[in-house]
Amino acid sequence: MLKEWFANQLLLGCAQAAVTTLVALAVMLLARVREIHLERETVVALVRGIVQITAIGSILVALLRGPSWTSVFLLAAMIAAAAKMSSDRSKGLPGSFQVSLCAIASGAGSVIALMTWAGVIDTRITSLVPIGSMLIANAMNTNSLVMNRFRSEVESHVGLIETGLALGADSRQTVTPYVEVSVQSSLIPAIDSLRSLGIVWIPGLMAGMLLSGARPIYAAIYQFVTISMIFSSSGLTALICSLLIRGSVFSPAEQLVLRPPQIAVPNVRSGA
Amino acid sequence: MSLAALDKVPSLLSACRRHSDQVFLTARFHRPQEGTVTSYTNILDIDHLNREVGGVRIVDDVTVAIRAGSVLVVVGPSGAGKSSFLRLLNRLDEPTGGTVRLAGRDYKEIPPPELRRRVGMVTQTAFLFPGTIADNLRFGPLQQGIELAAEPIEALLSQVGLGGRAGEGVAHLSGGEAQRVSLARALATKPAVLLLDEPTSALDAKAKDEVERLILTVVRRNDLTCVMVSHDLAQAARVADQVMVMNKGKLTKIGTVSEVINAEGMVR
Repeated sequence: MLKEWFANQLLLGCAQAAVTTLVALAVMLLARVREIHLERETVVALVRGIVQITAIGSILVALLRGPSWTSVFLLAAMIAAAAKMSSDRSKGLPGSFQVSLCAIASGAGSVIALMTWAGVIDTRITSLVPIGSMLIANAMNTNSLVMNRFRSEVESHVGLIETGLALGADSRQTVTPYVEVSVQSSLIPAIDSLRSLGIVWIPGLMAGMLLSGARPIYAAIYQFVTISMIFSSSGLTALICSLLIRGSVFSPAEQLVLRPPQIAVPNVRSGA
Repeated sequence: MSLAALDKVPSLLSACRRHSDQVFLTARFHRPQEGTVTSYTNILDIDHLNREVGGVRIVDDVTVAIRAGSVLVVVGPSGAGKSSFLRLLNRLDEPTGGTVRLAGRDYKEIPPPELRRRVGMVTQTAFLFPGTIADNLRFGPLQQGIELAAEPIEALLSQVGLGGRAGEGVAHLSGGEAQRVSLARALATKPAVLLLDEPTSALDAKAKDEVERLILTVVRRNDLTCVMVSHDLAQAARVADQVMVMNKGKLTKIGTVSEVINAEGMVR
């Protein structure tokens, strides 16, 4: 329908963005009806998303014409931004930025470096940056999931953790069950993506390769390669995050420093 | 009995005191190390201990010496800092100022896991690890690399009246039974000092009496030093060698049961 109304591609894009934004806002309002307040976060995310992707899209053309070595700086900047966003998701968790930076840089960075060295990822900037950004973005999501789940697990099990400490257990050992749960749950999206590949979804990369004339079998195999790399970098990020995060909730004297937030009691007016 | 019902304390105490004195004498009689030097030295020297949270002193300059083998009960109104004080003794929380000496040694020089093995703790709610009763008892010794055999587990469980139930899962235990397991688990690390944070306050009246008697027996039999937080003055009178009163984080009074509870204006 929109294509009939808008002949100009730019206008068509704006109209499509407007429709999808309206749907997202409708979901937000539906959540509000159920007293789940996502208004601020949704609006900020939508505005940030459109501004960021438009800005990057505009400068990407220029950047992708640069020499290959500039891709290192681009990817490093993406890792730093991913660490910041991931740590913002885990407010209250001590040292969350440092943990996120180490985990994403080691997890995604090492897979990108290894795969580039092995020739799986082309060294051309037009290939390295888009594929690298996919790995970094997925590593960021996994890192956020690990930290969020870990924080809520610790907050829900303060009594058991302190019982372990009071019995002379090593502080890191007292949170081991919660670290395991956090890592397992954070990898569900990456594992499901791998399992459902080609059946439930055909990712954009493969569709793009087919449209640009690549052989279908090679496009399919390369899509599997990409999803496998995403799984590897996410898994490595989760493991590194879990190693670093377990010590962050304890003081040097092995005291639990993370406490559940005080839940506000709703104001209930007594009946007249 | 809560602190609010203190008008009834003098009459209640006259009934309790005889029992308390009996318990005290019995305890001395059963103590195997009676008369040795260690029986009468201070195991815990608490020196100007403070803890400040958000600019408020929740424990304010508490200095007290606790004699080895004695039972000190800490009483006071809600929010007086009793539990906060207790958590400083095994360093579950960090003092803002002051220190504690365990058998003459500054506890900041002792690695926290080792300190906590020597200063055991039983909390108001028994947080049991998933698994069997035996798994729970094995936990503490395992931290020192010791695999507790069936016999010592059974001996510990017999002490708390749960003999023959080592293999039972903890999921369906009653509150009183869970608290007994928690006590046996604390004893499994062979502590010198036992901290009890209102161990009977979450129990019904019958279980409360049973667990209180059990604690007293176990503490005396194992020659433990015990620091117990209670909001129940009658309970303090029944179990304490010494009573310490806290209010707004400060130690306001300390002495024997009769000295403290009879003191005029003590809890006003």
